[in-house]
Amino acid sequence: MGDHHHGPAKGLSRWLFTTNHKDIGTMYLWFSFAMFILGGAFAMIIRAELFQPGMQLIEPAFFNQMTTLHGLIMVFGAIMPSFVGLANWLIPMMIGAPDMALPRMNNWSFWILPPTFLLLASTLFMEGGAPAAGWTFYAPLSTTYAAPSVTFFIFSIHVLGLSSIMGSINIIATVMNMRAPGMTYMKMPLFVWTWLITAFLLVAVMPVLAGAVTMMLMDVHFGTSFFSAAGGGDPVLFQHVFWFFGHPEVYIIILPAFGVVSQIIPAFSRKTLFGYDSMVYATASIAFLSFIVWAHHMYTVGMPVAGELFFMYATMLIAVPTGVKVFNWVTTMWRGALTFETPMLFCIGFLILFTIGGFTGLMLSIAPADFQYHDSYFVVAHFHYVMVAGAVFSMSAAIYFWLPKWCGRMYNETMGKTHFWISFIGFNITFFPQHFVGLAGMPRRIPDYALQFADFNMMSSIGAFIYGASQILFLYNVIATIVAGKPVSDEKVWEGAEGLEWTIPTPAPYHTFETPPKIDPAHAHS
Amino acid sequence: MIRLSANPAIDTAIKLVTVAVAMFAFVFVVMVPLYNVLCDALGINGKTSGERYTAVQARVDESRVVTVQFVATNNEGMPWEFVPGVNMMKVNPGAVNDTVFYAHNPLPKAMVAQAIPSISPARAAQYFHKTECFCFNQQPLDGRSEANMPLQFIVDQDLPRDIHTITLSYTIFDVTDMAGGAVATR
Repeated sequence: MGDHHHGPAKGLSRWLFTTNHKDIGTMYLWFSFAMFILGGAFAMIIRAELFQPGMQLIEPAFFNQMTTLHGLIMVFGAIMPSFVGLANWLIPMMIGAPDMALPRMNNWSFWILPPTFLLLASTLFMEGGAPAAGWTFYAPLSTTYAAPSVTFFIFSIHVLGLSSIMGSINIIATVMNMRAPGMTYMKMPLFVWTWLITAFLLVAVMPVLAGAVTMMLMDVHFGTSFFSAAGGGDPVLFQHVFWFFGHPEVYIIILPAFGVVSQIIPAFSRKTLFGYDSMVYATASIAFLSFIVWAHHMYTVGMPVAGELFFMYATMLIAVPTGVKVFNWVTTMWRGALTFETPMLFCIGFLILFTIGGFTGLMLSIAPADFQYHDSYFVVAHFHYVMVAGAVFSMSAAIYFWLPKWCGRMYNETMGKTHFWISFIGFNITFFPQHFVGLAGMPRRIPDYALQFADFNMMSSIGAFIYGASQILFLYNVIATIVAGKPVSDEKVWEGAEGLEWTIPTPAPYHTFETPPKIDPAHAHS
Repeated sequence: MIRLSANPAIDTAIKLVTVAVAMFAFVFVVMVPLYNVLCDALGINGKTSGERYTAVQARVDESRVVTVQFVATNNEGMPWEFVPGVNMMKVNPGAVNDTVFYAHNPLPKAMVAQAIPSISPARAAQYFHKTECFCFNQQPLDGRSEANMPLQFIVDQDLPRDIHTITLSYTIFDVTDMAGGAVATR
């Protein structure tokens, strides 16, 4: 190898051909933010249409395309790649590795994503429009009744699945083989732990999603009848296969968020994380349980009572390890020397709102009650409390927390706090009323609604516009920080931050830990 | 632990790729067949168990009478007239019963139909045996013609005593376009 301490190449080829984990992490983060804006724009269209009852702005068919693409892009384009980006940036720095284990595959996992989402978005301009069967694309809506663009949709799911699997393999290979000497598994920062477990979930279930869309492809084009009753198949089979992937998927989204929060809360509490070991075991338990609860998404399809009971009890069991986690976070803050910088605010917001989302999840898990809640706005409110206030809030916290380390410049704290409060208030105005309209019987995925839901829907829409606008502030703050933020050179950036990533210079050099660091026991668990 | 490569990272990667490929195969070779097996075993979706029933030594239980109701539904876009010959039969468990479903193709072109059965309550599915059914095969009908399609069934003597009524429902699908392909139903 020639000069090891060269900087990045210049120009576009730096980004196209890079194998540097920091470059690839950066690209993942920017790409996911672009998708976040796109998916958010679709959400704004949805909320604008729902601002008043009656059909105002768009056609019902287009409305269905918007809900579908909003869900798909937020899940697969925004949240998942953002956490992969974070993993790329942080895992090598947290375990004392010079880079990811398989850097060239890393490049490929990223670069197949943008064309894939371009393909998915291009279906909007195709004859018959984009897929419109919801992000869960149940057959036969997604097969017999789908627009021709469904084939492009299937292909894009295949490719983004491939990207996720490659990314996960890389993360597992890195964590298992590249830890610095002395960095034992039980000394790894919790973010690394949650990602390791998430990566195993991804390797296990993304192929199942690929299988589901492959069966759709065969039903649509090759005359099979996996999901067609006329040929001896069964549409309910689709739901089983989809949710066998789909339930682990929701933990794939939230576990890295748990990891982020477990890094940030101790830093601003100036205490070590309470119950590190129990955090690891709780994460593993949640991952295991995620495989045996899928049918709680489909209580109403006509399962035997024994099945309903099994899935109900198994689902409720997940509240135990999740409760352990929430308890540990709260206990970490207990009698800590708390300060409330933006990352901490987002973590506390996460803690409160995610817990609300967890409780509504518990309500939904009760099979007899779920017959009332099923496919109502209550479900929409529930999963936005865990997806947005869970994953997106923790992601915002992570950006504010590590951005100064990455670029050596401090963000504007006032603007950060403003972003938090507008987000927090806007989010709650948007989604809290949806609990009420859901319980009162408003179904999800409809472009029009009965008059009695009008006030709460208008409230929701106003909240959504506020929340959406706050993300522009976030974007501005991040760009302003990178371009002209106040320089920081302190290695630790944050007084209470612990971990290997805070031992390297600020801003983080292009290459780090080319010689493995000595693990100081004080840094364990960070 | 078996090492598949001298490079430990490559070794891990190969093993994980194997897991991913295995999970893809799992969908087709485990999940799909397992779903059908479970549906058969539990009578879900009214899938009556097993293949064409070969009558066991039939002992007619004249001590009780079970009502069997027939329902016929057309799937979306299916133009045939499709009705049960009788709406309801009172049968003794163990007895062999015959009935017909009437079908009429009003269009000038020949068409092929496939009827898909469902039984309610699901618990009764495994006690409802069809020895002959038009649903075992695709049913072709010439244009503007009609047919009485036969159904022969036995309600099992072991039918739980609290079940007094069984509803047998057929949905008829237009499979003219897929006809000729192997269609396995029961």
